Amino acid sequence: MMLARAMDVTRRYGTVLALDHLDLDVHAGELVGLLGPNGAGKSTLVSLLTGVRRPTSGRVELCGGDPQDPATRRALGVTPQETGLPGALRVGEVVDFVRAHFPDPLGKAELLARFGLQDLVRRQTGGLSGGQKRRVAVALAFVGRPRIVFLDEPTTGLDVEARHALWDGIRKFHADGGTVVLTSHYLEEVEALASRVVVIGGGRVLADDTVAAVRGMVAIRRVSLTLAVPVPDLPGVIGTERDGNRTHLLTPDADRLVRDLIAHDVPFQDLEVRPTSLEEAFLTLTAA
Amino acid sequence: MSSLALTHARFQLLETLRIPMALIGSAFFPAASMIFFVVPFVGDDRTYATYATASMVTFVVMTSNLFQYGIGVAEDRAQPWDPYARTLPAGAAPRFLGRILAGLVLMVLSLVPVVVIAAVATEASVSAGGFLAALGAVVAAAVPFTLMGLAIGYSLPAKAAIVLAQVLFFPLAFGGGLMTAPGGAPGFVEVIAPYLPTGAAVRLMWAAVGDFPLQPASIAALLIWTAALAGVAAWAYRRDEGRRFS
Repeated sequence: MMLARAMDVTRRYGTVLALDHLDLDVHAGELVGLLGPNGAGKSTLVSLLTGVRRPTSGRVELCGGDPQDPATRRALGVTPQETGLPGALRVGEVVDFVRAHFPDPLGKAELLARFGLQDLVRRQTGGLSGGQKRRVAVALAFVGRPRIVFLDEPTTGLDVEARHALWDGIRKFHADGGTVVLTSHYLEEVEALASRVVVIGGGRVLADDTVAAVRGMVAIRRVSLTLAVPVPDLPGVIGTERDGNRTHLLTPDADRLVRDLIAHDVPFQDLEVRPTSLEEAFLTLTAA
Repeated sequence: MSSLALTHARFQLLETLRIPMALIGSAFFPAASMIFFVVPFVGDDRTYATYATASMVTFVVMTSNLFQYGIGVAEDRAQPWDPYARTLPAGAAPRFLGRILAGLVLMVLSLVPVVVIAAVATEASVSAGGFLAALGAVVAAAVPFTLMGLAIGYSLPAKAAIVLAQVLFFPLAFGGGLMTAPGGAPGFVEVIAPYLPTGAAVRLMWAAVGDFPLQPASIAALLIWTAALAGVAAWAYRRDEGRRFS
């Protein structure tokens, strides 16, 4: 059973091409991580699959129906952006409002307990901390007993304990047969939860594989050093940047690069090896 | 009326009423105007007090709807909550109906002090039939101003909507003769007033509560305004949905 499908989907905003003939299938029971830098087309893809926007061309399906049809969206749960919660309303009122839209919603007490929100029920959402807002936002996705949820950066800005509590909640939903599409900038979050990773860049699917495989693809290290002379041509360097007297080398194998630098007697100082941000890794993936 | 529309209306009302400042613009100022201008100057004159109250009621109908929908809709459109609400399993109708219902409730809340002050502190009086006719006139007047507010709210960003609503409301109030007694406005205002939505609405109101003669041309103008504003509001609504959500 296919719960979410994009078939040859293109979406333009005026002259900007956000999605470029993209195909994606999400099967029932999957936990898919959708990764990509800002502007890659992730949010556009999610907005098409959740019925907020229409594709310019191509077709999207949700649970076998048209996501623009309200009846189809009874099986759907979505997180609002945390900044989008109506500030003057209490947590309990926002939950009641969302519950009123579903034929068989979760009990209010049950939902609040599951996400540790019992103590916040009388608080206005505008007065909550960022982490509390995020928990409310994630809880709202589960109000209608959905078959599929789209979670947008569910644990960004949470402390470790809250993050793990939320991850447990998401894993439990998945273990009970729920389907999850998770969008994130952070590989760590996707690694902790998803079994399948779809990397989006430039409006296309760049990679669609297991977490381990994508991890390998984007595991680029940045080796930084201070050098008076030009860097010799070394194998395995896929990018070089100069920043003042610092030189940054991007490589999938930092150990080998450091050995080569020493073997070539390169007079470097202040050697530093760091994992690249996912964004940098995506850039190399896009360029390849 | 679906219960979901009521849910949306309740949600909007809670949001507005939690920040009471929002009500001040539409409820406090008309009440204050009644106390400072109507009560001391024409409060003892039964006819003038009644007309002045009718003018103030029309004023509230205009400002409450113009600001409620004009600014409220423009602000909602800017909130990220709006696209989230669109993922809930409901069409556009409950949201839209809920908004209109909430606007009507707030308009009535703003009208109550004006009517109460008129009844308690002035000689203004109206027969039961006249009161019912005035209620009908309030509804007839609320429609074009609601549409005007929606047209502004759906076509402009919030900051521009605030400015336009403020720029519109004073000339509409003055030009429609809301600030003056029937027949007492400057000459050019008397000429154009019957054909402005405010002037046409207040003339309907005066006719409901007093001996003011009904003017068919003025009523026709109100209907034309209503139809034209409905066209603009529908165009702005579709254009907005098409732009942000297509």
